[in-house]
Amino acid sequence: MPEPVLETYTSELRRRGNPSSLHASGQSARMRIETAREELAGALGASTSAEVVFTSGGTEADNLALKGLYLSRNGGTFAAPGRPRVLTSTIEHHAVLDTVEWLETQGAEIVWLDVDEDGHLILDAALAELRRDPERTALISVMAANNEIGTLQPIPELARAAAEVGVPFHVDAVQALGQVPIDFSSLGATALSVSAHKIGGPVGIGALLLDRAAKPVPVIHGGGQERGVRSGTLDVAGALAFAKAAQLATEDLASRAARLSALRDRLIVGIEAAIPAARLSGRRGEGRLPANVHFTFPGCEGDTLLFGLDARGFATSTGSACQAGVSRPSHVLLACGRDEDTARSTQRFTLGAQTSAADIDALLTALPTVVEQARQAGMVSATPRWMQGVS
Amino acid sequence: MRILAAMSGGVDSAVAAARAVDAGHEVVGVHLALSRMPGTLRTGSRGCCTIEDSRDAHRVAGMLDIPFYVWDFSERFKEDIVDDFIAEYASGRTPNPCMRCNERIKFAALLDRALALGFDAIATGHYAEVIRDVDGHPELHRGEDLAKDQSYVLGVLTGDQLEHCYFPIGATASKAEVRAEASERGFPVANKPDSYDICFIPDGDTKAWLADKIPMRPGLIKDAEGEVLGEHDGAMTFTIGQRKGLGISKPADDGRPRYVTDLDPATNTVTVGSRADLAVSHLTGIRTTWCGQAPSDMGADPATGIDCEVQVRAHGEPVPARAWLGDYITEVPEHEANIAVDDVVVPVARPAGQLMHVDVDEALSGVAPGQTMVIYRGTRVLGQATIDMTAKDRVSA
Repeated sequence: MPEPVLETYTSELRRRGNPSSLHASGQSARMRIETAREELAGALGASTSAEVVFTSGGTEADNLALKGLYLSRNGGTFAAPGRPRVLTSTIEHHAVLDTVEWLETQGAEIVWLDVDEDGHLILDAALAELRRDPERTALISVMAANNEIGTLQPIPELARAAAEVGVPFHVDAVQALGQVPIDFSSLGATALSVSAHKIGGPVGIGALLLDRAAKPVPVIHGGGQERGVRSGTLDVAGALAFAKAAQLATEDLASRAARLSALRDRLIVGIEAAIPAARLSGRRGEGRLPANVHFTFPGCEGDTLLFGLDARGFATSTGSACQAGVSRPSHVLLACGRDEDTARSTQRFTLGAQTSAADIDALLTALPTVVEQARQAGMVSATPRWMQGVS
Repeated sequence: MRILAAMSGGVDSAVAAARAVDAGHEVVGVHLALSRMPGTLRTGSRGCCTIEDSRDAHRVAGMLDIPFYVWDFSERFKEDIVDDFIAEYASGRTPNPCMRCNERIKFAALLDRALALGFDAIATGHYAEVIRDVDGHPELHRGEDLAKDQSYVLGVLTGDQLEHCYFPIGATASKAEVRAEASERGFPVANKPDSYDICFIPDGDTKAWLADKIPMRPGLIKDAEGEVLGEHDGAMTFTIGQRKGLGISKPADDGRPRYVTDLDPATNTVTVGSRADLAVSHLTGIRTTWCGQAPSDMGADPATGIDCEVQVRAHGEPVPARAWLGDYITEVPEHEANIAVDDVVVPVARPAGQLMHVDVDEALSGVAPGQTMVIYRGTRVLGQATIDMTAKDRVSA
C-alpha cells in the first residue's frame, strides 16, 4: 500500500464514528466519507458524488449492477421477464460470468458476444446484437480491460450504441482502474465497477458508479444506506483509503503508464527473442494494459512454469485458479479460439510500480531454463513410465 | 536433498512432510487434484479435489513454512486409473486402484515431473520403509506398525523408483504416535479420520458407480454344473468371493451360503458355489515387477522356485508360498475380450510381461483375477504380479 494511502487508512481506523449516527462523531464521520466520495467521483470523472455507491469490492459491484439492473428492467421480478436478454462477452471475469450464468437459471437469455483471436470484442457483431432487439434486452455488460490477457475493449463505441437504443450498459473496470483513464460522465455508461485493492487500496472496498437515473433493485437489503441501493454500515476508513489511492493512481497515470508500457514491450520483445515458440496473447501497444504481459508456452504446463519462476523469485500467474488452488484452462484463451492444451500453457506477468528494467532482464535470463525444464516435465508426463515397458 | 512432499491433506502426509523439513531437506509441498471436473465448451475441463483437503494441506505447508502448490493430474488419473478401473471390472476382474495410482501417478507421473524439475525424491505418508542392502541397493520393507503397513500397495515400485522414495513415517511404531506428533506440532489435521474408500467413488457405493459407467446387461446366475439359479442385472459389478446381493431364492442343497466363484464377461454369466469352491492353491500372475533387485535364486520351474510369503489383499495375511517364474508373454489372445465402456469398445488384452507362478501351502479363499499378489521374504517386499488365473490345486508337489 502506498504510504499516503496507508496513512489515511490507519489514521481513520483510530477515529470512531458510524456515519449513519446522528451524534457529533457520527456526523463527523459522515462528513469525511462524503469528502471521500467526492474525491473518488473526481478521480473517476463522475459528474456528481451522488453517482458513487460504495460496495465491498468489485465482485459485489458487478453483482449489484447485473442482478439489480436486470430486475429493475423486468419490473422487479424474475417471473415472465419482458426483457430477458443479457448481452455480455465470453471473456468477462468470473464475477460477471458466473452472475450472468446464475441469471440464466432464473430465466434470463444470455447473448454471448464473441471476441477475436486477440480477445478483442468483435464490435460489428456486438452492435448488431445490441440493435437487434433492444425492447427485449435488460442490459449489456462488457469489461473495460481483460484481466488475463490485458486487451482493452471498445467501451466508448458500445456506450454510444447502448445509449442510442436505450439499453443500460455496465462496464467492469476493475482491471482498468489506475492503468487507463476512466471518465465516467463522458463515457456515458450506466454503471461501472471498480475495486480499491487493484490500485494499492485496501481489500474489502470497491464502488459501483451509477447513473443517477438508474434504480437497480438492491441485492443487499437493510438500513437503506447508499441511496437505498446498498445497505450496510459504511466502511469509512476503507472509503477514505480508496479515495486517496484513486487520486494517486489517476494523477500521474500518463507517466506511469508510459513507463510500464516501455517495460512491458521490453519484456514482450525479450520473450519472443528468447523463446521463439512462445506466443503473445492479446494485442500489442495501445490496445493493451500497460502492466500486462501474457504468453502461451507450447508443451509447458502453466503450473510447472509458475513453480519454476516462483522458485527463482518471480511471482507470476497461470490465469485463474479455483478455490482449492487448481489452475483452470483459461476461459479467455478458449474464447480466443485456442485449444485446451494451449489454454493450460499460459503465464501472466504483471508489472508494478517497483518493477525495474533490471527485473525484466533478470526474468529474461531465467526464463529459458524454466521453460526448458517445464517442457521436459511436460514430456515425461506425456509418456508415462508404466507405458515405457515393464519387465 | 530437494524433496517434493505429496500432501493429501491427511495426517500421515502432513507429519511426513514435517519430518522431511526437520531432517534438513529443502521441501516443497504439492497437493494433487485427481478428480475431473467436466467442463463446458466455454470453461474447459479441469481437475478438482476436495477444497477441504487442499486447504488442510495448504495450512500444514504454511505452518512448516514451505512452498505449496496444487498440481492437476486429473487427466492422467482419469485415463490411467479410473478408465482402467472400469475396463478391469468390465472384463470381469477386480482391480486395486490405489495400487495403480502408486504405480502410474504418484511414483510415476508425479515422480517423473519432480525429477524433471530438479527434485531428488518424493516424500509420502506411507507406512513402509526403504532399507539399503550391503551393496547400497534399495529394498522395500513393511512399515513398523503392521496394522497400518502399506508395503502391499507399494509393491509395484521398481528399484529405480525406490531410489527416489522417502517414507518419513514408515519406521514409526504406530499411527497413534503419528497423530500425537501432529497434535504436538499443532496441525489441524491431527484428528482427521483415516480414508479407506476409493477416492473417486465418494459415497463408497462401487456397484452403483460402476452400473452408471458399464452398460448393464441382465444375465444368468448358474452353479458349477450349469444349472440356472437366478438372474442378475449385470455380471460386471460382481466380485469373486461375493456372498451378499446375489438374489438367489432357491437355497443350496447343503443349506450353506453361496459365493460368486467365477465371472465370464463373454457369456455374461455369474457362477456361484460353496465356500469350498472358492479355495485356490495356485495363482498365475502377469506383469511381474521386482521391488528392487530381483531374487537371484528364483528359477523357472517349481523345483527351482523360492520359498516366500504371498499376500493378495492390502490388509490380508501373508501366507507361506513357493514362487517361480513363467514365460515372458507379449499377449494372451484367448483372454482377450472386447467390452463396451460408455459405448466405446475397449480392448481388454493382457499387457506384455513376465508371468509368475505361486503355490500356497494353505488354500486362499475368494481370490479374484485383477487383484495384486505381492510376494515377501520376511518384512521385505520382493515383487508383485497381477493375478490372472487361479487354480484349485498346487502345481508343485
